[in-house]
Amino acid sequence: MSALFPSLAPAATTTVGNPTINIAIFALFVVVTLAIVIRASKNNRSAAEYYAGGRAFSGRQNGIAIAGDYLSAASFLGIAGAIAINGYDGFLYSIGFLVAWLVALLLVAELLRNTGKYTMADVLSFRLRQRPVRMAAAISTLVVSFFYLLAQMAGAGGLVALLLGITDAWGQRMVIVVVGIIMIFYVIYGGMKGTTWVQIIKAVLLIIGAGLMTLWVLGTFGFNLSTLLGDASDASVAATGKDLLQPGLQYKNPVDFISLAMALVLGTAGLPHVLMRFYTVPTSREARKSVEWAIWLIGIFYLFTLVLGFGAAELVGAKAIKAAPGGANSAAPLLAFELGGEILLGIISAVAFATILAVVAGLTITASASLSHDVYNTLVKHGRATPEEEVKVARIAALVLGAIAIVGGIFAMGQNIAFLVALAFAVAASANLPTILYSLFWKRFNTRGALFSIYGGLVSAITLILFSPVVSGKPVDPVTGKSPSMLQGVDFHWFPLDNPGIISIPLGFVLGYLGTVTSKEFNAAKYAEMEVRSLSGYGAEGATHH
Amino acid sequence: MSKDAPERVVDDVYVAMQESDEFAELRTKFRSFVFPMTALFLAWYFLYVLLSVWAKDFMGTRVLGNITWGLILGLLQFVSTFAITMIYVRWADREFDPRAKAVAEKMGSQNR
Repeated sequence: MSALFPSLAPAATTTVGNPTINIAIFALFVVVTLAIVIRASKNNRSAAEYYAGGRAFSGRQNGIAIAGDYLSAASFLGIAGAIAINGYDGFLYSIGFLVAWLVALLLVAELLRNTGKYTMADVLSFRLRQRPVRMAAAISTLVVSFFYLLAQMAGAGGLVALLLGITDAWGQRMVIVVVGIIMIFYVIYGGMKGTTWVQIIKAVLLIIGAGLMTLWVLGTFGFNLSTLLGDASDASVAATGKDLLQPGLQYKNPVDFISLAMALVLGTAGLPHVLMRFYTVPTSREARKSVEWAIWLIGIFYLFTLVLGFGAAELVGAKAIKAAPGGANSAAPLLAFELGGEILLGIISAVAFATILAVVAGLTITASASLSHDVYNTLVKHGRATPEEEVKVARIAALVLGAIAIVGGIFAMGQNIAFLVALAFAVAASANLPTILYSLFWKRFNTRGALFSIYGGLVSAITLILFSPVVSGKPVDPVTGKSPSMLQGVDFHWFPLDNPGIISIPLGFVLGYLGTVTSKEFNAAKYAEMEVRSLSGYGAEGATHH
Repeated sequence: MSKDAPERVVDDVYVAMQESDEFAELRTKFRSFVFPMTALFLAWYFLYVLLSVWAKDFMGTRVLGNITWGLILGLLQFVSTFAITMIYVRWADREFDPRAKAVAEKMGSQNR
């Protein structure tokens, strides 16, 4: 994955555009969203308000928020950049990220909405032994969210180098701290309701901004896609000798690509911050509508990135993109500058920041809900914590997690973002998805099966990544003089693939099966309750009213 | 906390509902729609992935101007995803929801 999200290592070179405009537009976004968060969050005392926004969002609102949550900086900047540099191979990513939503739509969203309350663990532990399963689900939630979080925070640091003209390391650290503090405020003060509104606003800005740029690019080429593709391909052949329309520019090893494709398509429906969004609507029918909206918005957005990527390849050029601080990730901002000068660049940069802010807030609330609802309430208080206590603990957890994200982001600055995002998707697909599907569809499934699939998937995915070329042992790139691996100068890799999915996902399913058949535990009554509730919607948590 | 919970008796309302013909029909209806559909879109997705890695020449062939087979099939992945979404939502609204609602209402009246 490393070629898609190259490390945003700041190169101390020039900036593009006018940092003052960039900062002003971003500050405007922060002020507006803060005002909305404060207005929207008058009633955040109850747990359902804090964790699930009172379950009062409509399917459409939640669908837009899901798009805002899902279209992270990696999606926007990463995919546009990958298409600009590697053409067709970059496009493959967006297909995996989109098709993955059908798994969520058909198999997971509605059933999960009907059976759970606040977290992924609610569903996994429904008919199994509460304490061990909740603990396992909470650990998996924290691991996935944490790596996803680190990737976003690390991305923020590098983006600044390009957009705000802050090139020294301390300046970038300060930006990570500021982003972290704003995000902590959104989460602690606004809860799920405030976070959702930030995501809705950001999604609207991002999709409109990308849509306008797409029209602009297409207009430049007489609204002829074939002309755009041809010109972009010719420009790329002239600059780097790569024909962007040919497959295989980025992925040399077929098995590695298949492995990545598996993690992409099966990871989404296991991402805890995505799953938690389904609890913010009043019914399973609204959850279905949410996914429907999300699929349309995400799909259309990825079609935009296709045009933007090829547009950047032609109008900016692969050489200029690679030379810019932030490398491929700067393709979209550079294209904005090329098209609309400082103002459009300022808007697109502000949207990119807003993206990071909104995604990080969504991840933090998910992780803090799991810490409070799953770990504190079930494991510490034996299920007897009052909602007020739970919310208080969740707020403290958000504060602590936010602080950890800031520190982690500072340390991860310049790290390979691909490493972190790949880990999050691979763990979600290996540890969470098998357990969710077994739990919803397999009668015989039991506690040992759940523990085997969660811990098995988690440990195998992390172990394989640790000993993969992503961490150590890639040959040194003659151009940069550095190895694309995370660690320099050491080589302890023995796993040949960048992505562990092809091994760890089937392993998660097999271990879940083996654990189940070697244990006799079966709770017929709980299974009946779960199945009847999941399909009929009877007894599902409704919206709270004021 | 199933371990500490008292064993429920067989005439549990959930078990009774789960064993009813009405619920069996709901489950069959749901599974016979979503399982084949899942198999279909996953097969189509992996076919596309495999073509992209093992039939590079074919995928890189220009068909319409500079538009290649790879691009056309890739855009068809978008089309099929949108289509399956619309088909499923339509099916669920018309075929599934009324039956699910009937089951939920029956449960509601029994539990009162």
